[in-house]
Parts: sequence; structure tokens; C-alpha cells
Amino acid sequence: MSQDRREFLKDSGRWILLTGAATLAWDFVVHGQPEQAPNYNVTGHWWGMTIDIDKCIGCGNCVRACKAENDVPMTDAAFRTWVERYTIFPDDPEHPIAESPNGGFDGFASLEQHGDAAKIFFVPKLCNHCSHSPCVQVCPVGATFDSPDGVVLVDKSRCLGCRYCVQACPYGCRYIDPRTETVDKCTLCYHRITKGQTTACCETCPTAARMLVDLKNPKDPIHEFMRTHKVHVLKPQMATGAKVFYNALDGAVR
Amino acid sequence: MQGVEGFIYPNEVELQWSILIVLYPYLTGIVAGAFILASLERVFNVAAVKPTYRLALLTALAFLIVAPLPLQAHLGHPERSWEMYVTPHKESAMAMFGFVYLWYLMVVLVLEIWFDYRKELVLTCRASTGLKRHFYGLLTLWSDDISAEALRLDDKIGRAVTVIGIPSAFMLHGYVGFIFGSVKANPWWSTPLMPIVFLFSAMVSGIATVMLLYMVISRMRRTKIDMPCLDTVARYLYYVFLIDFSLEMLDLIHRLYVADESLMALDFMVKTRLFVSQILLQIIIGTLVPLTLLSSVQLMRWTEAARKRIYATAGGLTLIGIFSMRWNVVIGGQLFSKSFLGYTTYKMDFATREGLLPALLFMILPFLILLVLVKILPPWTDGHTKAGELLH
Repeated sequence: MSQDRREFLKDSGRWILLTGAATLAWDFVVHGQPEQAPNYNVTGHWWGMTIDIDKCIGCGNCVRACKAENDVPMTDAAFRTWVERYTIFPDDPEHPIAESPNGGFDGFASLEQHGDAAKIFFVPKLCNHCSHSPCVQVCPVGATFDSPDGVVLVDKSRCLGCRYCVQACPYGCRYIDPRTETVDKCTLCYHRITKGQTTACCETCPTAARMLVDLKNPKDPIHEFMRTHKVHVLKPQMATGAKVFYNALDGAVR
Repeated sequence: MQGVEGFIYPNEVELQWSILIVLYPYLTGIVAGAFILASLERVFNVAAVKPTYRLALLTALAFLIVAPLPLQAHLGHPERSWEMYVTPHKESAMAMFGFVYLWYLMVVLVLEIWFDYRKELVLTCRASTGLKRHFYGLLTLWSDDISAEALRLDDKIGRAVTVIGIPSAFMLHGYVGFIFGSVKANPWWSTPLMPIVFLFSAMVSGIATVMLLYMVISRMRRTKIDMPCLDTVARYLYYVFLIDFSLEMLDLIHRLYVADESLMALDFMVKTRLFVSQILLQIIIGTLVPLTLLSSVQLMRWTEAARKRIYATAGGLTLIGIFSMRWNVVIGGQLFSKSFLGYTTYKMDFATREGLLPALLFMILPFLILLVLVKILPPWTDGHTKAGELLH
């Protein structure tokens, strides 16, 4: 087998820089077919996310990273992930003040005027990648589907743009991309996670408030996290099998 | 943000379902209602409504032809809608629309109309020449046996089709209600009563439409209105309307009494953004006034002229009321955030794909189609010339 010096250096660099598994998948990944990579087994994962409310500082890094990574329209009405800020006064817990200016893309203005009078915290939101997704159920042509590894995805080449899924999502996670007239939503950075990387939002979170988790991986810290924290999902009464688990989620959050 | 009050999820700023989706249940409701009125004569032998039988069938057909058009216009990719037929997602309530629609159009309406008109079609074909002869020949599907035995069979089959047609009409509109009623994310829609309320309101709008059409067409044809027929149709309208109103009030009272977490948002909305369309147009002008008018006919003796005026007013107001009801369901269900913490506004365009102009065109179109249908298939028993007069 002949190999010139350039190729030798390239191959060696790949082996040094990447883990063995990622190197095996490399060719499939660059050809846009990560699912065919011999070392990514779609049935071997069950993806979700944990969000630690106490760690989120509302910087908006995740929102910006998501928009950039996933080519999300730069309007204030299209978000795959966004951050909300809740302000709750102890004498009126039923009427929280929620806000999400531009989805938290630009961060949040200071609320110092409340001093210690109110409880203030941030809630990052994204598709919950529900295991019993109402959006998947209602799609008339199956353009929205569950991947075997637990990610809710959209086939844009099949989407009719009927918007029934937007109505069916209890969490407001879907929008119509005005450029394609089809629905769009968080893919949990499927193009990254199938390469062994984490999502753009988790990657850029400065406090590790957001963590991509693989519930099928026995070594994933999620199991320890779930055992040692009081976790909650959004709107549990909807029984959607949401897989975004929040630590320290206040009951007032909707 | 403009038009937004309180907090809504960022992706909720734009309303997804426009006035075109308001038209969808409105048009299919008229179809189902008109058909059920027609079946009164055919299956339940209510002879008094016979003068409206064929008109009701043709009205149902005209509206059914238009019903999917606003849906099609609303789609982001209308060229892909055929995929609902070839690769339907069986768990989706919406995926079944095409099949329910086709079943109703082809198996129920077209079949029933064909069997009912077959004798006239054959006679018209025999009496015509040239292109017209070929056209009616095509409509008869070259089946020109009109012997007494064949006609008896036609009637038998027609009756069987109607019997199948009644549950089909219920299915068509109950199904439309289910599309909304099954969205658990939306408390304004999510109720098992929704298909039932849709069904009864469909019957109300269909009966009112046929009643008004019968009056208008009689005036245009300068023929005398068959008052026992009109009185009977109005009486059925009154009964069905009472049931419909009771169901809607049951829904409202249930919501108020249960007062779950969505109530605050819904209560606010009814008092503000939906006040005109819900309280004024739907409940007062579109329901209580026509119900009062219709009940006055049951309780008091009015002259024939007065009754006609009462029926015309009540029918017109009823159609406004049912349209408002569809509006309040479809648009109202999208004005509040699923966070229950805020509200948005519906900004209707005019001359855009989903604007007011196409909506108006879709409302006018069924009447134009009906005009063509009565020309081809005259519903009157007193000869074909009268139908011609209508158009000339």
C-alpha cells in the first residue's frame, strides 16, 4: 500500500486528535450519513437533557449558539431554544411575571429594583423530545417522527405546512420557517450528537446548566443526577413523556 | 411586542390557523346540516320538507366541493397534500380527512344525487340533441333503463345511501370537531363535547342555509313559498338550535364551575378580545335573538308575511352566529398563550393567500357552483324551464 507523507500526517493527526470511535465514523460523518457509521447505533441511545435551574445565569449563549449552529431565522418569533425569566413575589405565587425578550438572545436587563423582594430565576426551554409526542401523533403525513434514539425530528421534504403539530405541542417549541414554509424545531443537534459531540446549547453553556444525556448509557451521569436531585418535567399533566428534566423547577413555571 | 399582552412563548407570536381555517368547519358544517335536512324527507318521511329535498342535496354538494379549498390554500406546501392519501399517518386525526371527505363526496352525496336524478337525466338526454345530449348521456353513465322496476331499484338504493349518509354526515362534521377537540395542549379546544357541539351547530347552519336559499330562490323564480314546508324547516331549525345552544352553554358553565388553571386566561379573553365575536355576535345576536324569534312562531300566531320575515331574519342571524362560533373556536383558541400568562392578537390581512379576500371568494364560490348545479340538475318538480329563468 502506497501512502505519501501528506496522507500519513493526515491519518496520524486524525488518530491523535480524535478518539478511536469518532475516527471510525469520520468518513460517514463527512458524507452526511452519521446513522450509517458503524460505531453509531441508533438503537443504542435514548437522548434527553437535564437543566439545572439553579445554574442558569440567563446569558443567552445557548440561544445564540443554537441560532448560529442550526440556521434558525434571526427573527424574534422563531426559536429552537429560548430562555425565560420568572419573577415571583412571595405573596402572589399564582401570578408570576414571565418574560423572554427576543427569546433571551440578547440576555436580560437587570432587575435590581426588586432587591430581595422577589424570587427571580431563568428557565431555558427547548423541545422536550417527548416519548409520547402529541406533535408526532397529529402529523397527517408522518413528516414529524420519533427517531429510534429518542429524538423528535422533522422531514422537511414531506412536511405539508398544515401546522397541526404547532397547535399540538403544549410547550410552544415549534415554528414555521418562513423560508421553507415547513415546520421547524430543535433536533437536539442530531448532526452533532450522532458524531459523539454534545449539542450547541450544552457546548456553549458557561455554567453547565444544560447537559445532554443518554438515558440508555449506564455510565451517563444522568442516572446519578436523577437519583440525587428532585427533578421535574414541564407540564407533567400532559403526559407526553417529556425527556428534558429540570432540577429545582418552580411550580409556577408554565 | 405589538399586539401581545403579558407573556407568551416566543414561537407563539404568529397565529398558525387563519380565517381560512375558520371557513373549513363553517363550510363542512353547512354540508352536513343540509344533508341531514334532506334525509328527513327521505328516511324519516317528513313529507312537508319535500320541496327542499333536492335543493338541500345540491347545496350540500356545492359546499362540499369548496370545503377543502381553504385548507389547500392554507397549506405551506399544497402540492404535497396528496401525500395524505398515499402515505397517511394513521394515528393522525387530520390524516383521515381526505378519506372521510372522499367517502362523503363520492359514496354518499354524488351517489344519492345520481340515483335521485337518474330518471330526469335520461329523459333530458333523450329530449336533447348535439353536445347537450352527449353531456347528459355522460351524466347518466349510459344507463338509460327507466322502467318502473329500475326506478324502484333506484329509490331503494337511494334510500340505502341516505341511511348510510346520515352517520356519514355525523362523521364528517363530528370528525372536524374531533380535530380540535383532541388537541390536549389547548384547553379552549380540548373537550369531548367539541364533536357534538360541532355536529349540532352544523345542523343549525345547514338547515338555516337551505331555508334561506329556498326563500331567496322562490322569490327569484317568482313561485309561491310552500308555507307548511317553510314552517316545518323552521321548526326543525328551532329544535336543533335549542339543543346546540344547550350544549354550548353546558360547555361554558362547566368551564366556569370547574375553573381550572386555564379559566383565568379564557375568562379574560371572553371579556376582552372575544367580547364582540363571542358575547355579542355569537351568543346574543347569533343565538338568543334568532331563538327568541323562532320560539315566538311556536308560541304566537303570526301572519304568513310576518313569519317569512321572522324566518329570514332568524336564518340570517343564525348564520352570523354559527360563523362567529367557528371564529371563536379557531381564532379564539390561538389568542392565549399555552403558558396561560398572556395573549396575542390576530391580524387579518386582506389580499394575501390567507387574507380576507380569498376567504370572501371561498364563501361566494359555493353559491356560484350551486347556480351551475341547479342549471344542470334542476331541483324543481315543475319542469326545467323555471331553472333556466333563474339564470337568464
